[in-house]
Amino acid sequence: MIALVDYGAGNLRSVQNALDALEVESAIASEPEDLMRADAIIFPGVGAAAPAMEALRTRGLDRALVDAVHRGTPFLGICLGLQLLFDSSAEDGASCLRIFGGTVERLPTREKLPHIGWNTLERMADHPVLNGMEGEAMYFVHSYVGVPQDRQLVAAKTTHGVPFVSAIAAGSMVAVQFHPERSGTAGLKLLENFVEFARVQRPTPSPYRALPQRGRHVAGKGGEG
Amino acid sequence: MLPARGERDREQRMLFKRIIPCLDVAGGRVVKGTHFRELRDQGDPVAMARTYSEQGADELVFLDIDAAPQQRATLIEVVERTAREVFIPFTVGGGIRDVDEIRRLLRAGADKVSIQTAAVQRPDLITEGARLFGSQCIVVAIDAKREADDRWQVYTHGGRQPSGLDAIEWARAAERRGGGEILLTSIDADGTRSGYDLALTRAVAEAVQIPVIASGGAGHPRDLAAVLTEGRADAALAASIFHEGAFPLRQTKQYLKDHGVPVR
Repeated sequence: MIALVDYGAGNLRSVQNALDALEVESAIASEPEDLMRADAIIFPGVGAAAPAMEALRTRGLDRALVDAVHRGTPFLGICLGLQLLFDSSAEDGASCLRIFGGTVERLPTREKLPHIGWNTLERMADHPVLNGMEGEAMYFVHSYVGVPQDRQLVAAKTTHGVPFVSAIAAGSMVAVQFHPERSGTAGLKLLENFVEFARVQRPTPSPYRALPQRGRHVAGKGGEG
Repeated sequence: MLPARGERDREQRMLFKRIIPCLDVAGGRVVKGTHFRELRDQGDPVAMARTYSEQGADELVFLDIDAAPQQRATLIEVVERTAREVFIPFTVGGGIRDVDEIRRLLRAGADKVSIQTAAVQRPDLITEGARLFGSQCIVVAIDAKREADDRWQVYTHGGRQPSGLDAIEWARAAERRGGGEILLTSIDADGTRSGYDLALTRAVAEAVQIPVIASGGAGHPRDLAAVLTEGRADAALAASIFHEGAFPLRQTKQYLKDHGVPVR
């Protein structure tokens, strides 16, 4: 069963509709136990980082997500679900999940923001979920981007005045800045790739951050809204 | 034949201009009419949305031209069905008055809502919508009518009532309040099929940092090309040229490509 992480942020329904169209079973996960049992996790999201992190913490989903990633549960992050994997976000100073070292920054472009619409994936890393996606146009809607410390994580780039990271991949984890569930045929294909990857994949624990740094969650801005 | 992948990749390293078919919906059907009279049935909104998506539409807009409270349930049902079958973004607008209505439409599966008259009457609606649901789903629709060479006034209530607001100032205010996009319709050009108001579109597009969707006046693919280049619009919305089959969507996008406009 694929678990869709529910923390009250918008576009869960779109992702579930897309999986339904692919005839893939999914379930809404709003409790930590739901994530412990999941065969695969999709972590969607739109909106701002701080309220999303607050909602995750309130439900205990932040630790459950980090634990699931470290168990090697196949994972797909979408949009805010990519950004929240880093240390912190400049959007509202939120402290994030710290699965990957790096920050989330406003896209330093002279083009219009938010970056809304279809744009192309360039220079793909070799990952089963991203197979065949190079050169495809996907739907984006965001102003902030993930800036990973480890450039090895970068699986795809996209250009909006300046190049930015539009996908990252490491072991069983993939996260994308665009919305596959809103990207027509190409997006559905990516979701299908992920479902297939999750089916055949043996859990590969992420090499990153062997243990979640729980103390810092508490010491940081854990209680902010 | 499609160029090889690498070639396509080199061709395009920027955001594509969006082409957005608009579906006027009343009583659960797509209709076409002039000034709410002589509405002609054009089809099932979900089937039309699916067809446009297959033909390469970049987004869709549903405009509820009933906007009567008793018809909202019908609209919600259309939105739910569309969300289950169409996997490109779509916006719903028409008579949205408060955040509860915004919430209902987003929950039903709309990606964005477009607010117009209510935003003019109570600009806090933009602020509240952006705060609760994110700027990305709040489209501020502006109907503007030319007053002088480079001055346009905002009209509300389906283009019937002058608001006293200057269109460019209002667009800036909408952006400041957290609007994610501007859907800009020229009342003068709307229905003429003689082209978008390029001066209006350009003036607004240059006044704000957020994307501007141009609307009103499309009669030929060259009109879309003009508003997306000279008019500096980020997206072009059109209805009848697509619905009536004179310039099908695919053909329009090919025309734009051939004329150097970056489209998907």
